[in-house]
Amino acid sequence: MAEVPKSTNVMPEARSIAAAAIAKDVLFTAVIAFIILGPIVGLKTFAISGSLALEQRWGLVTVFVAIVAGGRLAYHLLVWNKPQARPSRAISAPVLPFMNYAKYIAPALVAFAIILPFIPGVDRRIVDLAILILTYIMLGWGLNIVVGLAGLLDLGYVAFYAVGAYAYALLATIYLPAWFGDGIVPWAFFITLPIAGVLAALWGVILGFPVLRLRGDYLAIVTLAFGEIVRVVLINWSDFTGGPAGIGGIPRPSFFGLPFIEGEGGFAAFFGLDFKPIHRIIFLYYVILVLALFTNFVTMRLRRLPVGRAWEALREDEIACRSLGINTTSTKLTAFAIGAMFAGFAGSFFATRQGFVSPESFVFLESFIILSIVVLGGLGSQIGVVVAAIVIIGAFEVFRELNFLKAVMPAGFDPVQYRMLAVGAALVLIMRWKPRGFVTRREPSVVLKEKKAIPTDLVAEGHG
Amino acid sequence: MSASGQEALLRVEHLTMRFGGLTAIGDLSFTAARNDITAIIGPNGAGKTTVFNCLTGFYKPTEGSVILTHVDDKQFLLERMDDFRISQRAKVARTFQNIRLFAGMTVLENLMVAQHNTLMRASGFTVTGIFNSPTYARASHEAVEFSEYWLEKAGLVDRADDPAGELPYGDQRRLEIARAMCTKPVLLCLDEPAAGLNPRESEDLNRLLLNIRDEQKIAILLIEHDMSVVMGISDHIVVLDYGVKISDGSPAEVRNDPAVIRAYLGVEDEEEAEVVVERAVAAVAKKPARAKVAAKKSPARKKGVRK
Ligand SMILES: Nc1ncnc2c1ncn2[C@@H]1O[C@H](COP(=O)(O)OP(=O)(O)O)[C@@H](O)[C@H]1O
Ligand SMILES: [Mg+2]
Repeated sequence: MAEVPKSTNVMPEARSIAAAAIAKDVLFTAVIAFIILGPIVGLKTFAISGSLALEQRWGLVTVFVAIVAGGRLAYHLLVWNKPQARPSRAISAPVLPFMNYAKYIAPALVAFAIILPFIPGVDRRIVDLAILILTYIMLGWGLNIVVGLAGLLDLGYVAFYAVGAYAYALLATIYLPAWFGDGIVPWAFFITLPIAGVLAALWGVILGFPVLRLRGDYLAIVTLAFGEIVRVVLINWSDFTGGPAGIGGIPRPSFFGLPFIEGEGGFAAFFGLDFKPIHRIIFLYYVILVLALFTNFVTMRLRRLPVGRAWEALREDEIACRSLGINTTSTKLTAFAIGAMFAGFAGSFFATRQGFVSPESFVFLESFIILSIVVLGGLGSQIGVVVAAIVIIGAFEVFRELNFLKAVMPAGFDPVQYRMLAVGAALVLIMRWKPRGFVTRREPSVVLKEKKAIPTDLVAEGHG
Repeated sequence: MSASGQEALLRVEHLTMRFGGLTAIGDLSFTAARNDITAIIGPNGAGKTTVFNCLTGFYKPTEGSVILTHVDDKQFLLERMDDFRISQRAKVARTFQNIRLFAGMTVLENLMVAQHNTLMRASGFTVTGIFNSPTYARASHEAVEFSEYWLEKAGLVDRADDPAGELPYGDQRRLEIARAMCTKPVLLCLDEPAAGLNPRESEDLNRLLLNIRDEQKIAILLIEHDMSVVMGISDHIVVLDYGVKISDGSPAEVRNDPAVIRAYLGVEDEEEAEVVVERAVAAVAKKPARAKVAAKKSPARKKGVRK
């Protein structure tokens, strides 16, 4: 906040000085671009009958240098030269504008989510996509507890998702029928869901104990390693987990005992509807919607309880927490366990939706996507996770739809192969413009007189 | 043994702390009485903060013991306890030389975090709290009221809903003290609370500290780098230099102790020191009169002493 707000009406001579400075800077940029790109782009070696020949491509270099210089110029004119309208932050933050309508955004989103399957024109593909997005929203909310609230950078979150998925797969295909007979199978999902959550939470505690003494980068690396260990164990413990082939034939969920089948005893017959496969999809959609909303509700509630406040305090300053008599180890463990529990629920849902689990679904990329959703949304922000999940998962899916590009681009071009590249670039750009994520306000958990939002540049990111 | 509350509140015995070859504290013994402001003073690097870190469990002392006795004669061997248990059970609260607030949380939230253990119990360790049980609702309400009480004492009620990181420096210092007080301690340890304050803020701080001692009846252990600041408010002063106690007594005794003057003036040569000490003693001899007058009109005193 050292910079003094510039006056908006720049004097003419100041403007010409600025123009000269910009021209100099752009020229300098062009020279550097030429020095770097000249040898790399301008000179190309290729083999001719056993010897090397040199091809010179100065035209291409000129194009590249022009792009770089043009970009720099655009930056100067459009970004850096903007009048500094932004007032330096007032001593006391004003009542956040976003909260005024945020009050309505969340209920509006929920209402939209509830009617979504019945909106005309919404077909199976869209409901499937919505289920996928909701799964990631739920995972994002779960991880938000660990990373956003408690400030513990967990790169192995997918391990708990895997524990939940395998817990359901194994219980529903082998153990429950063996213990209670086949009659239990339609109910397997509802019975296993809490068990999967508890198992995942238990894993959270087991993995948490050794690693929570570590901080920051070390914690991130070790959680990453634990995530991989879980996956490798799933691959290699073939007797139990089915190894790389995974577990198939996982029972689909039933409508509280009524299976989604055609004919007598099925969901459609019971309610006197025509049998349609989409009934099951819509039911799955509502299951994940309820699970996700439950996650959100619990998190919002926990934030207002001492445990949630201790998580945030931990993120802000661990030493101060200890000086106030907070047991930081158990506080971290509860964050880990509760975050893991929600991943366990989501994993269980994943297994019943897919009907098949294998270690391939639980690679590091999944952890990365979930973490990106949390970071992009704005650490600790619930609504930010929703926005980020829609943007990232939506972007992935959009690439499947870009088939017209195949007609335009050279043969063999498959847009799907470029989706990680595009999403990666988008992440870099978004983080450049909004380094603290989409939502940069923290809502206080308790208010004396007037609720004011806290700008997140004051909020710590946690040290591990 | 002794009658209730007769035992000194804090007894530090033969405390030694070594970092590798460096002896940061060497065989330090002193006591702090109930209802006293005890000051630990000494030049920079004398080991004052290290003493605090040993008392509050952040360091495990190499040797020695630290005994805290509650009014009910319950004793705690602080050197054997985990840092957070010292605050939780033995009821020793502390602040830090470089302020450690929860900057991204509001002032009120900072004070609520300090009441974590009480609220945690009231919320049934989250299990009943999540359903907003009446017990928790009541405890939460009381915690807000208790916070408000301390906000008033610290003069921060108007800033209750602002992020702690946005407060001016002096307010942050007082907030950190209020936060420590919200743990309901029997001993409050303050590490250079007056550092970097302007005379006005310093004034507010002293008032807060005297209030804590006189109204709340809570003992204070105060670290100060600047000797003149503590003279007015402390009852008992321990002077450290290079980790060793060089003086211990009432402010008047300490002020006239040649060893203290020598340490503060930092003279190497013994003979030169004698001269300097004589001159210094002559200089401080004028001070008591000024301090006495000032004790009645404190604003004037503050300005006079600091500059
Ligand atoms: N963790 C540590 N490791 C090594 N040396 C330390 C550590 N903490 C303090 N010291 C050393 O102990 C001495 C006393 O430091 P400190 O207690 O901070 O002094 P003061 O608070 O009186 O200014 C200094 O020489 C310091 O470098
Ligand atoms: Mg110090």
